Amino acid sequence: MEAAQVPVIRENTEAIWEVLETIPDPEIPVISVVELGVVRDVLLEENKTQVIITPTYSGCPAMKQFEDDIVSTLESKGFPTVEVKMVFSPAWTTDWMTNVAREKLRRYGIAPPQKGSQDKGVLFDSGPKAVNCPQCNSSATELLSQFGSTACKAVYKCKDCQETFDYFKCI
Amino acid sequence: MEVKDALIQYCLRLGDDAMIMGHRLSELCSNGPILEEDIAMTNISLDLFGQTRIIYTYAAELEGKGRSEDDLAYLRPEHEFQCALLTEQPNGHFGNTMARQMIFSVFYYHLFKELSKSPDESLAAFAAKSLKETTYHMRHACEWVVRLGDGTEESKWKIQDALNDIWSYHHELFEKDEVDEKLIDMGIITDTATIADDFYASVNEVIERATLGTPAGGWKATGGRSGRHSEYLGHILSVFQSLPRAYPDAKW
Repeated sequence: MEAAQVPVIRENTEAIWEVLETIPDPEIPVISVVELGVVRDVLLEENKTQVIITPTYSGCPAMKQFEDDIVSTLESKGFPTVEVKMVFSPAWTTDWMTNVAREKLRRYGIAPPQKGSQDKGVLFDSGPKAVNCPQCNSSATELLSQFGSTACKAVYKCKDCQETFDYFKCI
Repeated sequence: MEVKDALIQYCLRLGDDAMIMGHRLSELCSNGPILEEDIAMTNISLDLFGQTRIIYTYAAELEGKGRSEDDLAYLRPEHEFQCALLTEQPNGHFGNTMARQMIFSVFYYHLFKELSKSPDESLAAFAAKSLKETTYHMRHACEWVVRLGDGTEESKWKIQDALNDIWSYHHELFEKDEVDEKLIDMGIITDTATIADDFYASVNEVIERATLGTPAGGWKATGGRSGRHSEYLGHILSVFQSLPRAYPDAKW
């Protein structure tokens, strides 16, 4: 495990983390912003709450929604002036996603990212060899496109059940 | 030249390259040859716009004159843009787009690997983040160059011509002026000369696997880094900047 993988929960912020765990990813509502790994730190001061987040992809259009949802949810729960700060280092990686979150993705119909598979062939790589179909669990699947409905997903097809499905690609 | 001024200019160049390249790819939204590629190219475009925002925001912060990322994108005139001419070149046919994208992303892949080790933390963070995305862009373009090169007779001559045409524009990516020299001297960025071998090795690997010929030497395009652009940039900006110029301070 990388040191940065699990954010340290500071004293007095447990209640804030609990609320954050109820805020869904706006595009994949079965997992929370915490499970996705975008929340990196939370600081609570006398009259200020600061939530530090990092984007999944630089251009992810959901990030603004993450920010708005975090601010409105925390403020509605009575936390003082909520500020969301964006950091870029360390860069977000799918390795931060918990096993629980991976299982939720699979049940939702998205094949979860495979852990620690970033060091593949650099110039040419047709994706992980065995991405199991989230519908029928067959390993006979093929990559249709490295880019899917959002930047974080690739499109695969199952040769057994013939379904096309999203694969949350590793980054 | 002060280090800070050099760094601002350098960040603007990174941002200008990403933004204009992103804009070119966004032109293919709903115009891609097949649905998957339409989606792929707009996804890549989105990553590039995201990278642009990060580095423009940093440049604006360094500058400290109250300009925002949007001001830098929408309110600068053509000659203040310092993008490489490669990024402005039209999409042409799919082979032209992929040849251009292959060169752009292979170059940036190797550059970002180096910049991610910069002692400037913001620059390093930007590069490390962008490197991950660029790796996917690069694979996508490299695989297409191979498919087209090692494809039909027609796809082969088309991608070969595309590669020959765009080749003249790759030299500019390696150019250095006082901005680069200052930052190299201070150890903030890496001399592009040090990534040249890796760049050519990668491009040659693609060309070989695509059964294509090495593009001919020819002439060397230059001028973008000093604000002297091809005809295309003005047209791009007239589209890109039209809304904020017609409706200043318009908000979503």
